[in-house]
Amino acid sequence: MLSKIKIALSTLVAGATVAALTAFATPAPAPAPAQMPANAAAPAQAAMPAATPVPAIKASNSTADHSKFKELQKTFKSAPEVTKACLTCHTEAAKQIQKTKHWTFEFINPETKQKLGKKHVINNFCTAVESNQKFCNACHIGYGWENDKFDFTAEQNVDCVVCHESTGTYRKVPGLSGHPTYKDMEFPPHSGKIVKAPDLSKVAQSVGKTSRANCGSCHFYGGGGDAVKHGDIDSSLTNPPRYLDVHMEKKGLNFSCGTCHMTSAHQVPGSRYAPTAADTKDAAPHMRGKADNSNPSTCQSCHGTKPHPAKMAKLNEHTDKIACQTCHIPEYARGQATKMTWDWSTAGKLTPEGKPITKKDSAGRNAYDSKKGDFTWEDHVIPEYVWFNGKVNYTLRETKLDPSKVVKINSFEGSASDGKSLIWPIKVFRGQQPYDSVSNTLLVPHTFGDDDTSFWSNFNWDKSLEAGMKAANAPYSGKYGFVKTEMSWPITHMVAPKADALTCAQCHSHNGRLKNVTGIYMPGRGDNNKWLDMGGWTIALLTLIGVLLHGAGRIYANRKG
Amino acid sequence: MSVEKIYVFKLFERFWHWSQASLIIFMLVTGFEVHGSYHLFGFAKAVGYHTIAAWTLIGLWIFAIFWHFTTGEWKQYIPTLEKVEAMIKYYALGMFTHAPHPFRATQLKKHNPLQRLAYLGVMLFIGPLLWFSGWFYLFYSEWNAWGVDKYVSLEWVALFHTAGAFFMLIFLIAHLYLTTAGHTPTSHIKAMITGWEEVE
Repeated sequence: MLSKIKIALSTLVAGATVAALTAFATPAPAPAPAQMPANAAAPAQAAMPAATPVPAIKASNSTADHSKFKELQKTFKSAPEVTKACLTCHTEAAKQIQKTKHWTFEFINPETKQKLGKKHVINNFCTAVESNQKFCNACHIGYGWENDKFDFTAEQNVDCVVCHESTGTYRKVPGLSGHPTYKDMEFPPHSGKIVKAPDLSKVAQSVGKTSRANCGSCHFYGGGGDAVKHGDIDSSLTNPPRYLDVHMEKKGLNFSCGTCHMTSAHQVPGSRYAPTAADTKDAAPHMRGKADNSNPSTCQSCHGTKPHPAKMAKLNEHTDKIACQTCHIPEYARGQATKMTWDWSTAGKLTPEGKPITKKDSAGRNAYDSKKGDFTWEDHVIPEYVWFNGKVNYTLRETKLDPSKVVKINSFEGSASDGKSLIWPIKVFRGQQPYDSVSNTLLVPHTFGDDDTSFWSNFNWDKSLEAGMKAANAPYSGKYGFVKTEMSWPITHMVAPKADALTCAQCHSHNGRLKNVTGIYMPGRGDNNKWLDMGGWTIALLTLIGVLLHGAGRIYANRKG
Repeated sequence: MSVEKIYVFKLFERFWHWSQASLIIFMLVTGFEVHGSYHLFGFAKAVGYHTIAAWTLIGLWIFAIFWHFTTGEWKQYIPTLEKVEAMIKYYALGMFTHAPHPFRATQLKKHNPLQRLAYLGVMLFIGPLLWFSGWFYLFYSEWNAWGVDKYVSLEWVALFHTAGAFFMLIFLIAHLYLTTAGHTPTSHIKAMITGWEEVE
């Protein structure tokens, strides 16, 4: 009980702190981070416009104080001007950035040859970027990508400060194609909330190493809001308590994202398109400083493949079958609730006056929005578990689908017997989204825009889908339906302290965590041969009855004399 | 009918018997919990206890094998079919009619023919079945290094190990009862405690 109160308290404190710290940096409208019902106070605070000054910048051990640089001691009219100033010294930075998928939003899977990246993939959250660039590209590390005419080679289009500034005042507002606002503006529209224009001079002078808040300014808000997408990445990681993230706890190890995603020349290692599922038998763990292609962001790259002490040797025998994350991230969304389902098919309901509707669930989370449809949220979620060998296959826009079945937006390949798979915890995000009911392919809706065709302005699917597909330069039959979809996300962040790791019986029991994992025999799970069990117990029982009868007979014979 | 006492079980033998008996019972209890038949210690502890007991029993057996060969006592287990029929008749009928026991224990022949067969079966069949399957179970993560992972599956190893456990359980039930089938209901038990058996 006491520990529960402690957890609740620490969540409350963390929630409030995080809210205060990140209120400036949030690029998307953050739903109130409603957590446990006990935390009624936290959302209230979080919802307040954060007027508190950003905490003083911690003394850094860098050899350069950018506030003393002449190039930065001027008034910047636009963000690209800041970039130009950066590039006067950091001559190669933009060239490096322009080679990364953070910039191209494109990734060719070397194994499957599928063309992925945000530019191409259709997911089951906001669905697709195409035709909605102005809005979605608030999370592009560039300026001005609003349509296919964007110049990917212009160096001043690279946004340096979103990843390097430390004032917490720099915010890329959706709708501005990746720019910050240059004058105070109301966002979201009609919300009464004012986003202040950042002081670009101060922002430029504050630059340093990329912090959790920098990465988080986009990655915490994936899927259109705080904690929506991943379940293991949200704003509670800006300053997480120990129970939430044993590596990132500020008073403890205080890891930044880059401690694991050890970046060189702006190439950030680690990928969901081609993850390293099993860093075990085939390759030695990555060693920092060693020149090779191994992934430094796996658990094994620091902990090795036998991380448990000798007295727990049995656990080391599990590492060739089970991903570390399976036991060490017992639940995800431990900081705040994550979105679990999104049903686009119900979007577009309006009041009799033709106004859009929003509804909240009992915990105060968005449950319905005319723009987006129905949602459900969950916190402290027990993951689903699958064999995973790192190979991911996507249902792309041109992939034929079977509308009578649940369409897997991405499917994780793996099995007990391929020798490359481990059992991984995953978040499965489920929903319904538009598809072309003649050609049986996924559709690109045009959601955001001031024009007549965007769904968010006129709630008309016909126009929205036609415009979206036209922008994507793809054929559309004109007939649409809604298909059930599933998308899988590996759970790998928010590693819990060891005391919270799964215990043996949470899997080795009937109806345990791994009850649906096939292809292996697990003691205690009830994988037993039913015939042997039945036969064994029956013969044992008959033997017992036999000897008891024999004994009774002897006693009777004795009495009789 | 005179009753005399003969010294049949030496100190080490009695120590071996009772420690082995406790270990086997304990391993049945913990083993069937690991199997998933019930909850008692909890899975993690059951596995830990079972493993410790297994290594202890292995240690005990090394001593026991050494003892049997140095003392020549292994000959006590040479099987014979002589009087087997008589023994079966005695258990089936004779015991109820106060017929004399067809076997008289001596220091050279302390087990009756059925005991010889049963104990030999335990040592040559049930024992090895449990040992080998148990070892494979214990060294599951080494299969790859040993190069046997293609030929052995945990499912079959567990199946054999569980089958062995059922045999052992059935033996135990019968054995516990037959300890009362001596000259008097307690004479076998007393012998296994004190070493001295009452014989007719």
